[in-house]
Formats: sequence, structure tokens, C-alpha cells
Amino acid sequence: MSEKATPLWEVFIRSRTGMAHRHVGSVHAADPEMALQAARDVYTRRGEGLSVWVVPSSAIVASDPDEKGMMFEPTGTKIYRHPTFYEIPDEVGNM
Amino acid sequence: MYTQALNTVDTASTVEDAEREAAFQGRIDAEEKIEPNDWMPEAYRKTLVRQISQHAHSEIVGMLPEGNWITRAPTLKRKAALLAKVQDEGGHGLYLYSAAETLGVSREELTEQLLSGKAKYSSIFNYPTLTWADIGAIGWLVDGAAIMNQIPLCRCSFGPYSRAMIRICKEESFHQRQGYELLLTMCRSSEEQKAMVQDALNRWWWPSLMMFGPSDKDSLHSAQSMAWKIKRFTNDELRQKFVDATVPQAHFLGLTIPDEDLKLNEETGHWEYGEIDWSEFARVLKGDGPCNRQRMKARRKAHAEGGWVREAALAYAEKRAARRAAKSAAA
Amino acid sequence: MKDQLFAYVLRLADDAAILGQRLGEWCGHAPTLEEDIGLANIGLDYIGQARALYTYAGEIEGKGRDEDQLCFLRHEREFSNCLLVEQPNGDFAETIAREFFFAAFMLPFWTRLKASRDETLAAIAAKAEKEAAYHLRHSAEWVIRLGDGTGESHERMQDAVEALWIYTGELFEVDDTLATLIADGIAVDPEPIRTEWRETVARVLSEATLAIPEEGYAQTGGRSGIHTEHFGHLLSEMQYMQRAYPGLKW
Repeated sequence: MSEKATPLWEVFIRSRTGMAHRHVGSVHAADPEMALQAARDVYTRRGEGLSVWVVPSSAIVASDPDEKGMMFEPTGTKIYRHPTFYEIPDEVGNM
Repeated sequence: MYTQALNTVDTASTVEDAEREAAFQGRIDAEEKIEPNDWMPEAYRKTLVRQISQHAHSEIVGMLPEGNWITRAPTLKRKAALLAKVQDEGGHGLYLYSAAETLGVSREELTEQLLSGKAKYSSIFNYPTLTWADIGAIGWLVDGAAIMNQIPLCRCSFGPYSRAMIRICKEESFHQRQGYELLLTMCRSSEEQKAMVQDALNRWWWPSLMMFGPSDKDSLHSAQSMAWKIKRFTNDELRQKFVDATVPQAHFLGLTIPDEDLKLNEETGHWEYGEIDWSEFARVLKGDGPCNRQRMKARRKAHAEGGWVREAALAYAEKRAARRAAKSAAA
Repeated sequence: MKDQLFAYVLRLADDAAILGQRLGEWCGHAPTLEEDIGLANIGLDYIGQARALYTYAGEIEGKGRDEDQLCFLRHEREFSNCLLVEQPNGDFAETIAREFFFAAFMLPFWTRLKASRDETLAAIAAKAEKEAAYHLRHSAEWVIRLGDGTGESHERMQDAVEALWIYTGELFEVDDTLATLIADGIAVDPEPIRTEWRETVARVLSEATLAIPEEGYAQTGGRSGIHTEHFGHLLSEMQYMQRAYPGLKW
């Protein structure tokens, strides 16, 4: 097919609840302003958002799934980072 | 909104790394989600691309029969609801195209597959919307059938498909309700309108049952798709669920289901229905339904007439980027 | 006074209803999927405005007519929308030009109507203002891209601007009905908006490398029910159900 591809953008929305921007999907658009309008029109039809980010999909750098072990497993054994690692007597109360 | 079990599975798996394949199946069995960059068997990828894109095409073609009534909706409230609903379908097509794109096919390629007639879409959209009651019947029956199909897809093993389906199901909850409420209003308003509703039911009932795809005994793909957790229930299971849910709703409206063999099996609690005309299903799917040609013509026309707009947007973006580059080079 | 207010609210309602109807025709046929969804959003804004305004008009009139009776059961000569909004969708450039000319007027219009002595109108204006702001942004961005895109798009956009230009003057028309309500602090005087409208149009068209048409003859008549020939067809489609099946609930 001869039609030139219109770039893909990833859409992030911050909802009313004050959470961080969250990835919601993607849109096609030729430039940033059009991408932002498309994101608003497509992903906030039900009052979902108070702020929209669009990012060219090509700008995203992702970790390699084959390196999952190297990237994420080493933290699995560092249980001392979690509060449950430390025993505090019940009498002390919430901590 | 509409999936139909049209797809066949590529069983001819090449000489793939048996160990990887076993590990992959292990992840699926453990209900882990498969993400786009993860290793996956080629047949899994192909099956998904085909199913997701067929689903997306169905949403897009599905805009046409209902869109046919936007300008003639009888009240402003109904006009707004219908426009919003048809717009949602466009949105659902968009989410699904995006999910398919994560597997390495572009929107342009997918569109080309639809317009060239290579790709299939749900047979239901090749039937005409003749009266306003058809809009209600589509919401109630067609969306109802779609929801039965789609809810299990929210748990599909492929992450992007499952996430798209969660969003779609959430948005679609109003579609079926608006359809049923529309019919209820008509049935309560006058005998003339009730007759229109009955006529719509007569025409949409059997095509709706066909939306679940061929009977299990003739279905090519169920076993592999079930093992991959792309599919969670068989066509016949879902069809039965739909019939059981819908028959009492029809009775509440005071309507008759156009099936002389329909009867409640007291023991099982299921409504048993008559034989589906599978030759009609095959014929419509192959291209000889009442509206196949018109639907494709409308899609091709919109695409062709929008070509200069898409080109202009890209040309402008390029020009502007060049201007900015020249400016910063000069600075 | 009541009659004038009824007529005024009806004009605004008709503008919104007719443009919403036109945008509804696009659904499923737009140049991109994203734009299909975008145009539907704008159409839904107008239908929403029409509903609020017709309902209010019905209350002012006090004869028990609701939004649907006003929209679907009046005749061609009773509709008082401006001629611009009833113009056919044409190609995408014409739809965008129509939207742009109208929104460039409606945004400053709603901003001023928020100060109306009529509280209902002021409240409707407060909501519509935000919608119009987006309609203007959306259409202006497209005017720029089509004007400064390819040779073909430039030509189509220029043609659209010229084809619709003749209907823009009507937006600033003041007749007796309007004059009375302006004097009373209820209606917005469109005259001061003219400068702002021209500036907006000049800025966007020049960024789009498009020529601004000369001031010329302004075709009017919509406010007194003298429409273009397209209008009867639009009504026959829009009103079909209520005409074919009178007096039923839907």
C-alpha cells in the first residue's frame, strides 16, 4: 500500500483523582497539536481526565523482555526494604 | 463492539524452539499476560492480529448501519445518544487497531486489508437498518451478543487486547441499555410502534445468533484458541448464554421470538432454539449479504475522499519541521 | 418583550440544532478515525446546546412545546438559523471553514452573553463558551494545515473560504428584535464582535497562507426564515420520523 504512515503517539491522562498520568492508549496524528486534540477527543469523552500528555511512540525506550532477569530479579531478594521485614511488638501500636 | 468467531488458526507451526513454546504455554497457564515484545509463537501472533483486526474492522463497518439513522433520529435525546454510541464504536475500532499495531502491523496496512476485501468483519453489519426500531434492535441484540463475546476477552492472554477490551466493555455498558429502553418506549407507546419493534426482532434475531460463529462441531479453531486463552468459552456456550438472557427480555416487551422450535427445557433451565441457517451465514460472510457491497463502497469512498486531508496534514508537519530546523540552524 | 426573547432564543437554538445535524452526517465518513470521533464530539456539543435552548424557548413561549416539538415540528419558514450553519458539509475543507467562521463568532458571543441580564441565557453561555473555544481551536488548526499543506489542500481550503464568505456577514446582522433585546441588556450586540472576528480570521488565514476575501455582499435572510435551497432537504430528513408518525413517544 502506497499511503504514507501517519505517526503513532502514546496518550497519558491524569484523572480527577490526582493520580500520576497513566497510559491509556494511542492515536495517529501528523503533528503534536493534532495528536493532542485527537487524544482529547478519543480518550476523554466521559470526563476521564484533567490533563493529557502525548508522546511520539518512537521516542519511548523500552527494556528488553529477554533481560527481565537481569533487570528485575535482583531486587526480589532485598526483603529488608519492606516494612514487614522488621518485627515490632503489637503493644507498640501502628508504625 | 463485535467479535465474531470467523478466524481460523494457523496450526502449521514451524520448527520453533520447543522449549520456548513450552515456557510460553506455562506463562499462559499461570494466567500471566503476554506483552507485545515478549517471545510468542508465530501462530499465536498471527491469530491475534487476525482476530483483533477483524474485531476492529467490525467496529468501523458497524458504524454504517446505525449511522444511517443519526440524521433521522426522532428526538434530540435519541439523536445525541445514537451519535455518541456510533462515535464510541469508532473509538473502539481505534483502540483495537492500536492493540493490533503493537504486534507489528500498521493502521495503514490494516485499513488496506479491509478495503481490499481481504479482511473479514462481522456478518451482522451486512444487514440493512430499515426502520427506527432497528436502532433499538441493534443495541439490544447485536450489542447484547457482542457483550457476551467481549466480557471473556477482557481476560484474554494478550495484554494490549485485554486492556482494550476492558475499556470497551466499560464504555459499552450504555449501548445495550439505550437500545432496550428505546424499544420499551416504542412498545409502550402504541400498537403501531410495537409492530415495528416486532418486525425488527424478526429480521435481527437470527443474524444475531450467527454472530457467535459456527457451531462448535464445525468450528476449526476453538481448541487452540482456548489453550492460548485468547478464547475462554466456545461459540455454542456463548450463544446459549445469549439466548437464555434475551428470551425473557423479549417476553417482557411482549414480543415473540421468531423461532417456532424455541422452548424452555425445565430440567436444564436453558432455552432450546431451532436450527440456524448456516448457509445464510456462509453466504453473507462470503460477500453476498444484503449490504456487503454498500458497506465496502462507503468505507472506500470515505477513505478515498479523505486522502487529500491526510496528505495535507503530513505535508504541513514536514514543512513545519523543516522550517524549524532551518531556523535553529540559522540561530 | 416575551415574543422577542422567544425569537432570540429560538435563533440560537436553531443555529445549534442545524449545525449539529450537519455534523451528524459526517459520522462514519470522516478522513481519519480520530477526526471522525472529533467531529462527533463537536456535533454532540451543538445538540446539547440546542436541547437547552429549545427547552428554554418553550418555557418562554408558555404553550407547552418541548425541545422536540420546536425542533421537529416547525416548518421551513419558521426556522431562524443563520444561513452559514445550514450549508452542506461539502468536502472536509468546507466543513472546517464553516466551523471556523462560526466558532470565531460564537466564542466572543458566548463570552459576552455570560453577562446577559437573563440568567438562563447567561448560564447556557457559560457552558457553551468552553465548547466554542475548543471548536475554534480545532477548526483553526485544520484551516492552517489544509491551507499550508499540499497544493490540492490549499486550493480546496481557499475555495471553501470563498464559497462560505458570503454567509458570514449575517452573523453581525441586527434587526428590530435584536435591537430591542440589546437595549434591554439581554442580547449581545454583534457589532463590536466584528473586529475581533476579523482579527481571528485574518490571523488564521494568513498563517494558513490563504487569501482573505474582500468585504462584499452579505447574503442574509435566515433570521426571518428565508433559507437556502439546501435547507428544505435537511429538514425533511431531520423531521421525517415526527412527520411520518405524529404524536407518538420515542
